[in-house]
Amino acid sequence: MTTYAETIAAGLNGHGHLLGIEGLRADQISYLLNLADGYVDQNRAVKKTTDLLSGRTVINLFFENSTRTLTSFELAAKRLGADVINMLVASSSIKKGETLIDTAMTLNAMHPDVMVVRHSDSGAVKLLSEKVNGSVINAGDGSHEHPTQALLDALTIRRRKGDLYGLRVAICGDIAHSRVARSNIHLLNTMGAEVRLIAPPTLLPAAVERMGVETFHNMKEGLEGCDIVMMLRLQLERMQGSFVPSIREYFRYFGLDQEKLAMAKPDALVMHPGPMNRGVEIDSELADDLDRSLIRTQVEMGVAVRMACLHALTQGTLNEEPAA
Amino acid sequence: MSKQDRDTKRAFINARLLDPSTGLDVKGALLSEGEKIADLGPQLFKGGVPSGIEVIDCHGQCLAPGLLDMRVHLREPGEEHKETIVTAGQAAAAGGITSIAALPDSSSVLDDVAAVEYVARRAREAKMVKVYPYGAITRNLEGKELTEFGLLTEFGAVAFTDSTKALANAQTMRRALSYAKTFNALIVQHPEEPTLAGGVMNGGEIATRMGLSGIPVHAEIIMVERDIRLVEMTGGRYHAAHISTAGAIDVIRQAKKRGLSVTCDTAPHYFCLNENSVLDYRTFAKVSPPLRSESDREAVFAGLADGTIDAIASDHSPHDQDSKRLPFAQAEFGIVGLETLFPLALQLYHKKALSLLETLALVTCKPAKILGIAAGTLAVGSPADLVIFNPDSPFFIDPEKFRSKSKNSPFTGFPAQGKVLRTVVDGRTIYDRATDQN
Repeated sequence: MTTYAETIAAGLNGHGHLLGIEGLRADQISYLLNLADGYVDQNRAVKKTTDLLSGRTVINLFFENSTRTLTSFELAAKRLGADVINMLVASSSIKKGETLIDTAMTLNAMHPDVMVVRHSDSGAVKLLSEKVNGSVINAGDGSHEHPTQALLDALTIRRRKGDLYGLRVAICGDIAHSRVARSNIHLLNTMGAEVRLIAPPTLLPAAVERMGVETFHNMKEGLEGCDIVMMLRLQLERMQGSFVPSIREYFRYFGLDQEKLAMAKPDALVMHPGPMNRGVEIDSELADDLDRSLIRTQVEMGVAVRMACLHALTQGTLNEEPAA
Repeated sequence: MSKQDRDTKRAFINARLLDPSTGLDVKGALLSEGEKIADLGPQLFKGGVPSGIEVIDCHGQCLAPGLLDMRVHLREPGEEHKETIVTAGQAAAAGGITSIAALPDSSSVLDDVAAVEYVARRAREAKMVKVYPYGAITRNLEGKELTEFGLLTEFGAVAFTDSTKALANAQTMRRALSYAKTFNALIVQHPEEPTLAGGVMNGGEIATRMGLSGIPVHAEIIMVERDIRLVEMTGGRYHAAHISTAGAIDVIRQAKKRGLSVTCDTAPHYFCLNENSVLDYRTFAKVSPPLRSESDREAVFAGLADGTIDAIASDHSPHDQDSKRLPFAQAEFGIVGLETLFPLALQLYHKKALSLLETLALVTCKPAKILGIAAGTLAVGSPADLVIFNPDSPFFIDPEKFRSKSKNSPFTGFPAQGKVLRTVVDGRTIYDRATDQN
């Protein structure tokens, strides 16, 4: 029997896939962030494209609706000169799962170099990755992981704060159903940040403290001394009584506004993976406050980070031993 | 059965006779006459076997009553691509099992006399292991209207269960336990509070890390606690299936101390594996109730050792590849177990938690007593349902070699001990390792 660590490591890195942050080493994360830093500059230049992936094929296979992540991946691939195909498979039209493997094998026969996959089931992207020859990037699987989101968050923080090490980061909202939260917990812990989760108990998954975080049910307590406040999107269907009783009660106790933010450090910054529910988890004015809100920077960093991931996987540089 | 079969005498010589129902453990021989055990003991055939008797030399190996597996999904009628009465019979025979109790399924709900009769008849025709059907507690397993306990019992139902569905409505359960007393019938529960059991694996750190919805242990504990209060209220006979949690075992232990008519079983995966088996989204380890934490696994093992858990059943649940090669949340629940029940049960013996006889009792006389089936004993006059086995023979479990149509086992490569050498039903050999092709 393989150990847990071996299982994770093989699943994530063994075949040149990026299926999650769990199992990535700090040097691998830093490598991707350094690479992405360079692509930020390229994306701000007049000529935004290179031919690194010229002749390569990238398929964006999305089983779940998405606008910004899909656009971000598409731009990233195009700016590296790849040929890109978007396949949007509405989950209602696929017959349960059997077609997941069928679809994977069909697309695999067309020799894609990279498949970027989003699916509503945890583990579905890993299952698909076992059936294809090229690299697979997880663009979000169920409530499991969304590694490129965590990487773009890390890049955003690093560019403003210089380093992730020692920062106190609060992740607030629907942790239980959030792949963004899980990937961020893994990444921030790996890079030496202190992670706090703030949510009502109904939105915290069981035994989440075992992932190396401290939990709070009170925003003001949890935000104390924080450098970064990450807000999560609360899915509308979870606001109708079973997890939280109402939007107004949720916003009052768990929505981020200037008053609650005052408990954090004076230079604390606010993040959100989008799309935002203004007036539900975040005050509208705060979201637009360019001194405090990094929300638009996150979107910009998203393209650069995805370029770095495509670069690292296609060039096989992610698993190289760190320089001595 | 021909007259010749009826009169055939067979001598099983050079055996280590093991009868868990009496505590017998002695070197000797056993004589079967037709379908029945005619004689046994250390002195039998000391002076040689008279002519006209077929001799089966056990070469010093163990001879015990064949196993009774009290929880098996046959999948026939309805899902023959997963398993049939014939393939399940072959699998059971290779596993040393001579009797199985067949659970209702969604495709074959066993809620009327015709359905129960059908399973009993098909099993007779297959002439392999003996099949005892359960009846459903409620029509169409819907948890509302009771089935005809009396008539179904007359036509062969050994107990009543809604199979993999918990009987959630307290009033219905109360009436089932109450009404069943008319016929001294046993009510078997899938103990899981359904409103807490919407998840796909055990609730806890692993589920949280994997992003899968968890089923808390309390789903099982709450249902067992509630049911025991209803047993107290009604005086009915109650059996909790496949217990998987330390909490539920404690509750049952206390109920037994209070003298209530409560029994329970578990399956090998609940004392051999824990929730780590689902890491990597391994759907072959997806089962209901889910594999639990290591401390629960230890509690199940301890519950077997101290007698709180009365029986081990495979909970054989065949599924084809298409039902399992799916994202974890979409895959079916269930593990095949007919061919691994015996060697995995023997873990209790090899780990010195129980004696060989005590271990055998969990898969023979104890479940037979719970279901009221004439099985699990070497008593003279009992059916000659036997297993010859070597308890120590080591091997690695390989599901590809299973006779079962489905191979959905999480035990690939698991080191086990205990091999079945021969399985005998009503005096006839239905499995012989010497001529086995697998």
